[in-house]
Amino acid sequence: MTSRSPTTADAAGGAKPAVELIEITKAFPGVLANDRISLTVRRGEVHCLLGENGAGKSTLMNILSGMIRPDAGEIRLDGRAVEINSPKHAIELGIGMVYQHASLVPQLTVLENLMLGEAEGIRLNAGAARDRLQDLEGSIGLDVDPGATTGTLALGQQQQLEIIKALWRGSKVLILDEPTSMLTPQGVAELEQIIVRLKSQGLGVIFITHKLHEAVSMGDRVSILSQGRLVGVIEPAELRSTTHEVLQERIIALMFPSQARQAAEVAELTDEVEWHLPKRTLGGEPALEVESVSVKPGPGEIGVRDVSLDVWKGEIMGIAGVDGNGQRELAEAIAGQRPIAAGDIRLFGHSLVRLKVAQREKLGLRYVTDDRLQEGTVGSLSVAMNIVLKQIGKPPYWHRGRIRYSAILGKARELIARFEIRTPGPETRVGALSGGNVQKVVLARELSFDPKVVVYSKPTYGLDVRTTRSVRQTIREQAQQGVTSVVISTDLDELLDLCDRIAVLSRGRIVGVVENGPTAQQHVGELMVGGKAA
Amino acid sequence: MTAFLAASIFSEPALTALVAGAILAGAPLMFASLGELVSQRAGVLNIGLEGMMLIGAYAGFVAAYHGGNQWFGFGAGALAGAGVSLIMVFFCVRLGLDQIVVGIAITLTCEGAAALIFDAEFAESRPTLGATDRLAVPGLSEIPVVGGKGQSNGSIFTQPLVVYLGLGLAVLVAWMLRRTHMGLNVRAAGDAPAALDAAGVSVFATRSWAVLFAGAMAGIGGAFLSIVSAGLFQDTLVGGRGFIAIVLAMLARGRPLWAVLGSMLFGISLSIADWAQVANLHFGLPSSTFTDVVFMLPFVLVLVVLFVFGRRAYLPAALALPYERGSR
Amino acid sequence: MTETTAAAELREPPHPGEAARRPLRLGRVGDFLLRSILPLVLAVVTGAIVLAAIGVDPIDYYKDIYSGGIELSAWQDSVMRMAPLLLMAVGLIVVFRAGIWNLGMDGQFLLAGAVVAGLGPWIEPHVPNALNLVLMFLVAGAVGAAWTIPPALLKARYGLNEIITTLMMTFIGIDLAQILVKGPFQDPTTATPQTRSFDFTALLPSIPGTRIHGGILVALASAVVVWFLMSRTSFGLRLQVLGASARSARHMGLDVPRLIVVSFLVSGMFVGFAAAAEILGIWGYQRADWNPAFGLWVVPLVFLARLNALVVIPYVFLLSVVSIGGDYAAQNAGLTPRFTLLLVGLTLLFMALTEWVAGRAELGGSYLPRTSFRRRRRSEGSS
Repeated sequence: MTSRSPTTADAAGGAKPAVELIEITKAFPGVLANDRISLTVRRGEVHCLLGENGAGKSTLMNILSGMIRPDAGEIRLDGRAVEINSPKHAIELGIGMVYQHASLVPQLTVLENLMLGEAEGIRLNAGAARDRLQDLEGSIGLDVDPGATTGTLALGQQQQLEIIKALWRGSKVLILDEPTSMLTPQGVAELEQIIVRLKSQGLGVIFITHKLHEAVSMGDRVSILSQGRLVGVIEPAELRSTTHEVLQERIIALMFPSQARQAAEVAELTDEVEWHLPKRTLGGEPALEVESVSVKPGPGEIGVRDVSLDVWKGEIMGIAGVDGNGQRELAEAIAGQRPIAAGDIRLFGHSLVRLKVAQREKLGLRYVTDDRLQEGTVGSLSVAMNIVLKQIGKPPYWHRGRIRYSAILGKARELIARFEIRTPGPETRVGALSGGNVQKVVLARELSFDPKVVVYSKPTYGLDVRTTRSVRQTIREQAQQGVTSVVISTDLDELLDLCDRIAVLSRGRIVGVVENGPTAQQHVGELMVGGKAA
Repeated sequence: MTAFLAASIFSEPALTALVAGAILAGAPLMFASLGELVSQRAGVLNIGLEGMMLIGAYAGFVAAYHGGNQWFGFGAGALAGAGVSLIMVFFCVRLGLDQIVVGIAITLTCEGAAALIFDAEFAESRPTLGATDRLAVPGLSEIPVVGGKGQSNGSIFTQPLVVYLGLGLAVLVAWMLRRTHMGLNVRAAGDAPAALDAAGVSVFATRSWAVLFAGAMAGIGGAFLSIVSAGLFQDTLVGGRGFIAIVLAMLARGRPLWAVLGSMLFGISLSIADWAQVANLHFGLPSSTFTDVVFMLPFVLVLVVLFVFGRRAYLPAALALPYERGSR
Repeated sequence: MTETTAAAELREPPHPGEAARRPLRLGRVGDFLLRSILPLVLAVVTGAIVLAAIGVDPIDYYKDIYSGGIELSAWQDSVMRMAPLLLMAVGLIVVFRAGIWNLGMDGQFLLAGAVVAGLGPWIEPHVPNALNLVLMFLVAGAVGAAWTIPPALLKARYGLNEIITTLMMTFIGIDLAQILVKGPFQDPTTATPQTRSFDFTALLPSIPGTRIHGGILVALASAVVVWFLMSRTSFGLRLQVLGASARSARHMGLDVPRLIVVSFLVSGMFVGFAAAAEILGIWGYQRADWNPAFGLWVVPLVFLARLNALVVIPYVFLLSVVSIGGDYAAQNAGLTPRFTLLLVGLTLLFMALTEWVAGRAELGGSYLPRTSFRRRRRSEGSS
């Protein structure tokens, strides 16, 4: 990506530690989230915290930002030992957290969000706040309209607002939690600039990520977490002097001592983003045709306008775009959960517009939603029930309205084995399973019973490497068998890894479709920006 | 014949009765809905409002009766209402229990307690309070119909001081929500409590104050019913007004002045019975049936209004969702 | 794979808010005691304290409840009181299962009763008794169901909060019932505002050897039917999914608007049956000012029974005894019989509390219906 800028630390010849975490330990029922982790964050330096989903990064940062207390260990700020009791206390101590999902109030204006929590007197002093905002913006090179309603800002701008808010509070250490997950490639470049300027002002930056190439390119120092333990640190000197390939190997070996080879294949852990064109010949008929579809936006949504897309049988079509550009509306419109204001959707030539969700299911359409817990499964029901939940009332699981448990359990056991769902048993409540296994339950349900076209929304979001691999493998296998897939994802790496073509959704419109290939990433990035997304 | 009818409907006594009655009925709604509005803005749906009004009515009546002064009554009502709302604060804000269940429980318990109290204390004696002192706005209170000077029920410009205070309070609340830190916190607590927490402000404290305020307001509203409107206490005194206040708060879309307006409009529908009586109007129905029809009116009106405007009712995003740190 | 590793693999670090939860191993008996019995005990104890505070001996009071509710032939009155309560409880279970609050039961009840009491005496002389009874029940069920239609449609079509709409419908229904009784259904032979009486022979027959009218049989049968429907059929599962999450329900292909309307109608129908049981079993006529207000009484019972139509039966019996015996005890103590309302409210409060404890202890399976506004969004990814 960009060349690494020299740290202020180097310039000063030896950096002062801003934050020291010493032997931090935190256990939850059934899992040791942080196991004696020690790390040091210096002023003027970007310290990347790299680890797969589930490695313990969030827990560590929650401790640092005051959300939870550690079981053991010490925290030192500027050499002084402190106990961080609450988010408020952390803010007072100069620790600023920029969350993965914006911690801003969408209904308030930019200025109001900044003034939130700054209790000086009773009345709001908008004038002074405005001035202060201008100063801050000047020093980092940002520009946000103070009167804008926060919810209407693009996600990239909201993130910038959060950074401003952290600075507003006088933060000396900034924690960025997976900041690029909601940005376009252009937005990522902008973020890099901002981080450089922050460094030059002497801030310490903690950059949390699960993507190896990001850690290696953004960080001055990389700490690697795996299974709750710190398994390695790459010092600045080594980062600068070693080649990417060697670095990649070393890091993967540290993260996955036993499965290095398989892990290396996963897109997030490759050094550079690579594209993979699956070697298949595609059937000649269009499986899914979306024609000039428009969907009315709900509150806080953009909706979809005049979207057209043709997906061939057996193809894996990706839909790229930053969150909030109409992905959910489009997915739900195809699935039948939302009405279409205009246009047509055809499945193998058969128009779906008049059909309800259950009827589209019957024709072979499936939807793997990204909201696994609230929508994709019912947590209070068992794994077995969730698997047959879209077959309610149908034989052999129901006979004339009456339930037949033996048939359901049998099918459940079969699918648990096939999809390697880790659960104490088919009767366990889905709410007790881990995220990865919940996703497997969803997949088990959607991909059984003869699917023809499957729409995936963020299929591997938040999952650990192993499950991520197996999910993507499943998608490829399905494609081999002639199942058509539409993968909606905010993760470009994933799309480049899986798809034949990638469409770009921006502000509710399809601004282009790109064939996967060596220039795909660049084209997609351009399209995303061209549609005026941040 | 029509002329006669028209004359009697729009005669001065009839119209005055209408306006006076509207305020008499609307004032309790105004207080209660104002409090509920703030509570809802902060994210707490307070279904126990009916119960709080009832207890406030009792406390207010007793204090005014024994203390000889309406202000003792209103003060006691506020305290009592806030006291009951402490249950809501503890169970719902602090512990995060389901707000609807607790609200229903509070209403039931208060109704039972009120019945108990009424039976024990007043069923035999049935004490009443005399007419409440009213403040006649100089000059304006001489205007026919809306002036109300010297009339037993007053009119717009002749009301107990507390009514004018209530109006002032509505303006104050509107200002507070827009222009103070407290107001900002309340709005954030209702829309995005996680953001408020991350900003270092206590969501619990903010919501607790909002609920206490709602309880106090409901108490004052109830006290108004027993002290001014009826002059006595009865366990059926509130009769669904608490629920109407909840709806008014929802429909006010977060704006206090709309709550006041809505309360007065509903006050009209609640007072039509009096107006019709004075105007000798009953459309040929036996008077008791006519009364029943009239009593139905406000609730039908609520349904109609809900249907027409309800879809656009502004409701805070985190309404009725208990907040737990970390469950972002 | 060892036990601990398997367990470790199952769970990722929970969200910080969950950190305070300590799983409590209570077993089924402990779980039952905590959630289904303790709230009652606490309510009774608190009630005793309140009684003592107003100068009534709680032991005497509760003893009177027992005498008035069970001793001699009082138990028969209690069983008769069970009929409408059980039917309403059953109706509530159907709708709570779907996560819907039908708080309009009192209005549905009185209207259905008014229609039965009003029309019945006209029809009854021309029709054999058995047929008349069936007809009356059907009419009552239809009226009760019809009265749920406005809130049902408003919720199904526009997502309007049913708590407010059903409450409004209750108030309107109560007034409408009064208007009907005083108007078209008024007994012309008397000045008291009430309907004409049924002929004595047209009422529900008693169970041989007792005074108990047949309405209790209808109630018990309904409980069994509803239990079966909810736990063994696809319809019950659909309602359960809807109750868990309307979004999930839509996602799974369920016809959510239709389910909402159907569950409302079924619930209203049972409330109508309850009214029929009361009119045809006990009174034979309806007075204009009659309003037993059973509706909210059954709310806590339904939760205590964890929404199980069979388990709710003993709870309903308990409430009936308390209410019948309570009338007697209140008379003796010089109190208002509405003291029972206080006990009911307290039970609900304590039940909410024990549910909280259970939630912290991760016992799972809370049956509290989700509020209509609930849109909890948990951040999915964990690092």
